[in-house]
Amino acid sequence: MHSSLWLSLLIAVPLAGALAAALVRERLNAAYRVAVGTSVIEMALSLVVAFLYNNAVPGAATFDFAGRWVLAAPFGLAYDVALDGISLLMVVLTALVVLLALLGARDTRREGAFVAWLLLLTSFTMGSFLAHDVLEFFIFFELTLVPAYFIISQWGGAQRSRAALKFFVYTFTGSAFLFVGTLYLGFAHQHQTQGALTFAYSALSSTAMSSGTATWLFVAFAIAFAVKSPIWPLHTWSPLTYAEAPTAGSIELSALLAKLGSYGLLRFAFALFPLAQANVRPVMLSLAVIGIIYGSALAAVTPDLKRLVAFSSLAQMGFITLGIMTGSKIAMVGAVLLMFNHGVITVGFFLLIGFIEKRRGSATIADLTGWQGPAPVLAALFTVVMLASIGLPGLSGFVSEYLILIGAFATHAWWALVGTLGVVLAALYLLWAYQRVFHGRHHGEAISDASARERWVMVPVVVLIVALGVFPRPVLDRISPSVQQVIEHVAPAGVSK
Amino acid sequence: MAPLATLILLMPLAGFLFVLINGARMSERAIGTVATTAIATSFALSVAAFVTLLSSSSREVTVQLFTWISVGTLHVPAALLVDPLSITMSLFVTGISALIHLYSMGYMHAERDYRKFFLYLNLFVFSMLTLVLANNLVLTFVGWEGVGVCSYWLVSYYFDRDSAASAGKKAFIYNRVGDVGLLVAMFLLFGHLHTLTYLSVFASAGTLDPTVATLVVLALLLAATGKSAQIPLFNWLPDAMEGPTPVSALIHAATMVTAGVYLLVRMSPVLALSSGGRATIAVIGGVTAFVAATIATSQKDIKKVLAFSTVSQIGYMVLAVGAGAYAAAIFLMVSHAFFKALLFLGSGSVIHSLHGEQDLRKMGALAKFLPLTFPTFLVGWLAISGIPPFAGFWSKGDVLTNVFSYSKPLWILGVVTAILTAYYMSRLFVLTFQGTERFREVTHGADPHESPWVMTAPLVVLAALSLLGGALDLPWVHHNSLAGFLAPTFGYVGAHAAPTTMAQVGLASVDVVAAILGLLAAFSIWRDRVSSTRYEKSFFEHVWHWDDAYDTVLARPLTAASEFAGAVIEPRVIDGAVTGVAVAVRRSAEGARKVQSGFVRHYALATVLGLAVIVTYLVARVG
Repeated sequence: MHSSLWLSLLIAVPLAGALAAALVRERLNAAYRVAVGTSVIEMALSLVVAFLYNNAVPGAATFDFAGRWVLAAPFGLAYDVALDGISLLMVVLTALVVLLALLGARDTRREGAFVAWLLLLTSFTMGSFLAHDVLEFFIFFELTLVPAYFIISQWGGAQRSRAALKFFVYTFTGSAFLFVGTLYLGFAHQHQTQGALTFAYSALSSTAMSSGTATWLFVAFAIAFAVKSPIWPLHTWSPLTYAEAPTAGSIELSALLAKLGSYGLLRFAFALFPLAQANVRPVMLSLAVIGIIYGSALAAVTPDLKRLVAFSSLAQMGFITLGIMTGSKIAMVGAVLLMFNHGVITVGFFLLIGFIEKRRGSATIADLTGWQGPAPVLAALFTVVMLASIGLPGLSGFVSEYLILIGAFATHAWWALVGTLGVVLAALYLLWAYQRVFHGRHHGEAISDASARERWVMVPVVVLIVALGVFPRPVLDRISPSVQQVIEHVAPAGVSK
Repeated sequence: MAPLATLILLMPLAGFLFVLINGARMSERAIGTVATTAIATSFALSVAAFVTLLSSSSREVTVQLFTWISVGTLHVPAALLVDPLSITMSLFVTGISALIHLYSMGYMHAERDYRKFFLYLNLFVFSMLTLVLANNLVLTFVGWEGVGVCSYWLVSYYFDRDSAASAGKKAFIYNRVGDVGLLVAMFLLFGHLHTLTYLSVFASAGTLDPTVATLVVLALLLAATGKSAQIPLFNWLPDAMEGPTPVSALIHAATMVTAGVYLLVRMSPVLALSSGGRATIAVIGGVTAFVAATIATSQKDIKKVLAFSTVSQIGYMVLAVGAGAYAAAIFLMVSHAFFKALLFLGSGSVIHSLHGEQDLRKMGALAKFLPLTFPTFLVGWLAISGIPPFAGFWSKGDVLTNVFSYSKPLWILGVVTAILTAYYMSRLFVLTFQGTERFREVTHGADPHESPWVMTAPLVVLAALSLLGGALDLPWVHHNSLAGFLAPTFGYVGAHAAPTTMAQVGLASVDVVAAILGLLAAFSIWRDRVSSTRYEKSFFEHVWHWDDAYDTVLARPLTAASEFAGAVIEPRVIDGAVTGVAVAVRRSAEGARKVQSGFVRHYALATVLGLAVIVTYLVARVG
C-alpha cells in the first residue's frame, strides 16, 4: 500500500500548473511552456504510479494509494482517493492525452487562458478517475464541465457558441440525474446504518435495496454517463461539439471526457446496483448495439472528418457499453482496454485531422482529394490509426474489440452477433473516407507533408497502437484482477462469469 | 525445429523492417535484392524444416513464442504449429514468393514507390506465413487480416486511379464480410470448447453438438468464400486485377486466395462432424467453379480471364474439400500455384512488352516476338487445360476422381467446367500468341521485346514445375507422395472406397477427352476471330450481373437508409425529441422572459433550484 500523496499530486500538479499559466498568460509562450512542463511532470507522475501500483504483484487487485479525509461531516463531504487497475489505465491515458493535445495542437492554440483551462480540465478529470467517494466523483465529474465549456465557446469554430451551449445543457441535465441518484443513495445508506452521512464508495457499495430501487438508481446514474460517453440516443450533442471544438478540445472531449462516461458506467452504475442488472441489461445491450450500427451508418454518410470521428466514437462507445453490460469478465476487460485504446486512436485521428485542417482550412471530405501523393507520411500515419480503429489484428484496437465480442458472445450471443457486424461497417466507412481524402489525383494548391514536429507528436500514438496490439499482456494483467473484483462484488446477483 | 520455424517467419519481417528503416537511402537494386533475399532465405529454411520434420519422430511440433492474450479462460499464445500441412504451405508460399520477388525487380523497375512495393510484398509474405504456421485460430486470424490489408494496399497501388482505389476498398470489405464468418466460428468454438488452439480443438471436437458443429463449418465456409473468392463473395477478385501483375500472380492467384481452402483443410476434424456442412462446401465449390468458368469465356482483358480462371480453380479445391479429399485439394492448390503464377507472370511479360496493354483484341501473333515467354506460357496453358503429363492433369484428375465417388452430379459439373477451362484458356492463348498482329498501334509500330532475365528466369522455373509438378502425387505412388506426407494431418482419409485402377483410367480418359474437346472448340472458333457477340455472351461478360444485383439489393438500399438516418432521423427525430423535451420544460417553467434568453447560467440556476426541491423532498422522505 503506497501513500495517497501520489494521487493527490496527480490532481494538484495540473491545478498548480493552471494557476501558474494563468498568472503568466500575458507573456508570449510562457504559459505554453508552463503547460507543457506541467504535463510532462504529470506524465512522469502517472508512470511512477503505474510502476508502483501494487508493487507489480501479478493478480493483486487491492485499491492502492488509498487515503480518506472527511471535509464536512454533516454533508458527508470527503476527499477520498484510491486507484485500481481500471483507474490506473485511465490516469495514464489522461496524462498522455493532455500532453499530446498540447504538443500537437501547439501552432494554433497557445494562448495563456486556453492552456490554463486545459490544465484545469486535466486536474478535474484526474480527480474523477481517482475519486473513491461517490459525491466527490460527482463534484469532479461536474467540474469538468466548466473548463470544457469555455474551451469550446471561446476557441471553437464558427458555430462554437451553439455547440458549447448544447454540450452544456446536455451534460448538465444528465448530471442532475446523477446528483439526485447520489444523494438518494447516500441517505438510504445513512438510514440503514443509522450512522453518519457518508458517500464513501466502499460503504455505499454494500447498501441494501430492492431491485426496483436499484433499477431507478441505475437509470439515474446511467443517464449522466450515457450523455457523457455518449450512448445512443443521447449522443446528438457530440457531432456538433466535436466538429466545432478546437483540436485540443475535440481530443479532450472524445478521448477523455467520453471515458468518464464509460468509466462511471462501470465503476458506479454497474458495480453499485447489482440488483438492477436483470432489468436494465437487455435495454443497455440493445442501446449499445444500436449505437454501433447507427454510429457506423452515420459515419459513412457524414460530410466532415471530425463528425465522422464523432459517429465512429459513438460506435466504439457502443462496443465499450456492450462489453461492460454483459458482465462477462473477458468482455469487461476488453471494454476497459478499449477505453484506453479508443482514447489513443482518437487522439491520433484528431491530431491528423488538425494537421489537415491547418493545411486546407477545412475538414470537409469534399474539399480534400489525392493527399497520398503530396503527403505520403501523413497518409501512412492516418492509415495506421485507421487500421487500429478498424480492428486490424496486430494493432491495439483488435485486442480490445475481440475480447469484448468473444466474451459477449458466450453470454449474449445475439447482441454480440449484431456487434460483430460493426466490424464490417467500420472498414466500410473508414476506407471510404480514406479513399476520398487520400486516393485519387491531387490538384489545387500544393500541400506539404507532415513536418518533423507533427511526426514526433504521432510517434507515441503509433508506438502505443503497435505495442498494445502485439504485447498487451502487461496492461491486461493489471485490468483483469480489478475487473474480477467488480464481478465478484456483483456476482451474488447472478452475473455470469 | 523451434529456431528454424521462428526464422522462417521472421525473415520476411526482418526484410520489411530493414527496408522500412534504411530504404530511403538504398538504391532500387539494393531494395529488391534485400527483399528477395529475405524470402529466398525463408524458403531455404522451410526446406530445412521439411527435412527435419521428415526425420523427426513427431509430425506435430509446437513452437511457443510468447503469451499474446490471456484473460480469464481465454489463453492465446503466439505459437507455431509445424506439421506436414503447415510445412507444405510454407514451402510453396516462400518458393513462389521468392520467384515473384525476383520477377518484380524487373517488372517494377522505374515504377514510382518501388520501395513501398517491396515493403508491402515482404509484409505480405510475413502475414501469409503467420496464417499458415499459427498454432491457433486467433493467430491465424492475424495473418488472415494481415494478407487482406497487404492486398488492399497492393490493389490500390496506383491510388491516383479511381478504379484501383475502389478495387482495393472492395477487396478489403468483401474480405471483411468473410472475416465475420471466421470471428463467429471462433466465438462458437471458444464458447463450447474453451480453446482455440488447433490441436486442443481437434482433441475435444468430438464433444461438439452437431448443430454447433454445422454452424461452425458454415461460418468457416463464409470466411473461405471471402478470402478465396467463392460465391457469394467472389467478385472482388476480378477487380483486384487493378494491382501490378506480380501482385496478381502472388496474392490473387498463388497464395492468399488459397488461404480459405487452407483454413477449411486445417479445420478438417471439425468438418468431419458435419456432413451437411461439407455438402454445402462441395456445392459452393462446384457451382463457383462452373460459374467462374463461364464468365472467363467472355472476358476481353487478359488478366480478367486469368482472374476468373483462378476463382474457378479454387472452386475445384473447395469442391475437393467438401468431398473430403483434403490431400487432393492441397495437391491442386500447389500445382495451381505453379501454373497460375506462371500464367500471370507470363501475361505480365506480355503486358510489359506491349507497354501496359491488357486487351486481348490488341494482341495476337506474339509467339515469334517473345521467345521465352511464349514456350513457358504454352506449358502453363497445357497444364491448366488438363493435358497429360502436365501438373494440372494429375491434380485436377485427383480432385475429379474423388468427387466421382462423392457425388455424380457434382462430378458432371466438374467435367463440364474442365471443358470450359480448356476452352477459355485456349481462346486466351490463341488471341495472345497466334493469329494476326493487332498490337502495332499500341507499340507505335515497333516490335515487342522480350523481358529481362530477372523476369524470364522465374518463368522458366515455374514452367519446369508446371511440367513436373504432377510427380508430387502420382496416383500409383502411395508412399513418398504429397498425400502420404499429409496423411498424419488428415488421419481418417479414406471415407470413400478408393476407385479401382480401371475406374481411375476410365475417369482420367474422360478428363483428357474433356480437355481436348475444349481445346478443339476454342481453336476452331478463335483461329480467325477477334471478338464475337455469339461466343462472348454479354451475360457472362458482365459476370452474370452479380455486381448490379448487389448494388440493387444491398448497396443502394443501405446507402439510402444511412442517408435518411443522417438527414432526417438524426436531426429531426432524435435531436428533435431531446431538444423538444428541453423546450417543453423551458416553456412550462416559463415565468419571465429572461429565462428564455437561453444563457447558460439560467439553465444552471434552474437546474440547481429544481435539484434543491427534489433533494429536500428526498431528505424529508428518507431521513
